[in-house]
Amino acid sequence: MSKSSENSFVRRILIAVALFYLTLFIFLPLLTVFVGALNKGVGLYFKSISDPNALAAIQLTVVTALVAVPLNLVFGVAASWAIAKFDFWGKNFLTTLIDLPLSVSPVISGLIYVLLFGAQGVLGPWLMEHGIKIIFAPPAIILATIFVTFPMVARELIPVMKAQGTEEEEAALTLGASGWQMFWRVTLPNIKWGLLYGVILCNARAMGEFGAVSVVSGHIRGQTNTLPLHIEILYNEYNFTAAFATASLLAMLALVTLVLKSMVEYKFRAELKAAEK
Amino acid sequence: MSIEVKQITKTFGPFKALAQVSLKVDTGELIALLGPSGSGKTTLLRIIAGLEIPDSGQILFHGEDIQEKKTKDRNVGFVFQHYALFRHMTVFENIAFGLRVKPKAIRPSGEKIKEKVHELLKLVQLDWVADRFPSQLSGGQRQRIALARALAIEPKMLLLDEPFGSLDAQVRKELRQWLRRFHDDLHITTLFVTHDQEEALEVADKIVVMNKGKIEQVGSPEEVYHNPANVFVLNFLGNVNLFHARVEDKAEGAKSKKIYVRPHQLTVSRTPQTGDSVKAVIAFINPAGSVVKIDARSQEGNIYQVEIPQEEYQALKLVKNDEIFLTPKNITYSEYEI
Repeated sequence: MSKSSENSFVRRILIAVALFYLTLFIFLPLLTVFVGALNKGVGLYFKSISDPNALAAIQLTVVTALVAVPLNLVFGVAASWAIAKFDFWGKNFLTTLIDLPLSVSPVISGLIYVLLFGAQGVLGPWLMEHGIKIIFAPPAIILATIFVTFPMVARELIPVMKAQGTEEEEAALTLGASGWQMFWRVTLPNIKWGLLYGVILCNARAMGEFGAVSVVSGHIRGQTNTLPLHIEILYNEYNFTAAFATASLLAMLALVTLVLKSMVEYKFRAELKAAEK
Repeated sequence: MSIEVKQITKTFGPFKALAQVSLKVDTGELIALLGPSGSGKTTLLRIIAGLEIPDSGQILFHGEDIQEKKTKDRNVGFVFQHYALFRHMTVFENIAFGLRVKPKAIRPSGEKIKEKVHELLKLVQLDWVADRFPSQLSGGQRQRIALARALAIEPKMLLLDEPFGSLDAQVRKELRQWLRRFHDDLHITTLFVTHDQEEALEVADKIVVMNKGKIEQVGSPEEVYHNPANVFVLNFLGNVNLFHARVEDKAEGAKSKKIYVRPHQLTVSRTPQTGDSVKAVIAFINPAGSVVKIDARSQEGNIYQVEIPQEEYQALKLVKNDEIFLTPKNITYSEYEI
């Protein structure tokens, strides 16, 4: 027996194991979502996702992402620029702080806002006096989502920016570029794939977030339910077809994200590689 | 344009990069800032360009204080050690950058920019690479594109940070001569940083030798090589042999003196020539080169480096382990021992 055929045997076994595992834990559940969504017919499927409460949930989810993603994009670029290109006091602390939402359970992330803005919270009484509603209303959902997703962009950008250094930017300055011209013409083009990658991840998380949002939402139908929360309610009511139909929307979002991600990842890797040259 | 730096001090945390440095560069000069790493030469260059802010001191361009001016308004051409070409732009766009970012009122038209870029590409003899990306060029080509890009804004001075530092020896030699000729044609005030004494001696009109944040000596290549101001400059600009001698001083009696002699200033003979001749044995001999290099060991165990012409080597028929006598023809530098 030659060595290469032995290797190919091992390889086949490994591939088989991986495929079996993927099928069992990822592909089958995903298929179940779509089967469950369509098993009472296409009519009911569309009826479920065009239900006013479902539409309200879709709307809230989209609005949340539309606020959270751009804000985190700006924050992510600013923070990673500061961390990658400057030395300042407290830099390590800031870096750790950025990672905090990833290491904290989402439930706690939500609770923080309840403790801050809730009726018994620190700012609660003052907010009530002024008639501002944050907890159990869209503002809290948006805040919690921002909190949970804020490392996404910065974490992708910091390594790229660190690897690229500051020389190109300095070169732009010596050539007469202003700070803005330098940013738009040199910095941004150099990080664009990393940035896009971070935005895709950030968006996927913003739309799919359950834990933190669940704590602050209050689950008011048609008002404070995002898609994941809406799905949970339907499911708890044994309304399986509607739950799966709505879940299929999120699943499709995940699939689209996956395709986009791998497309961008390909370009992004080239960018990282070029930076390390 | 002339540059004057007055009493510049710069510290990075506990590290003193520059201490009270003053320097004057006349219009059209080609100057080398020479020193070991950490001597502050790059910091000085970056301060002139406005990329670093000095803790104290003054910088004058043509007599005008430019401390308040930002980098973008100083109109200096800066060439970075690793070129810093914009990786996402073609060579053409790299060179055009400085023209494209000019304020609308003085920005040249697209046609004019195209003309200018091609003119510069011709100047650096790389007219055929306009559509390539920096990653597709060799090190030497990138260096020349970086220079063309810096020249596009018609700078009043050129600052080059270790311009040949990351190139291989052959390309390095070519580019050195090319820079020399290039400067002779354009006559733009140029400062370049290097740690390679050979490079400084070959290219520059004037050499500024720096060490530990201070300027040790300013002078022509000849001056700094033959008349070093101190032992540091002496050592940094080439190999040197140290002899200890006793000299009679009329006022203070016998004193010991350190005498420094460059390898080519020693003569080799089979018999002692003067009372100063030192007896030594040839430990190593390398006849491959324009001069013959010999390492000779004295009785005390000191190694002396000697360079003699090929003809002399052949006439003396020197081989390893021969006993020879070394006599200084002249002395580069000497000082009393304290």
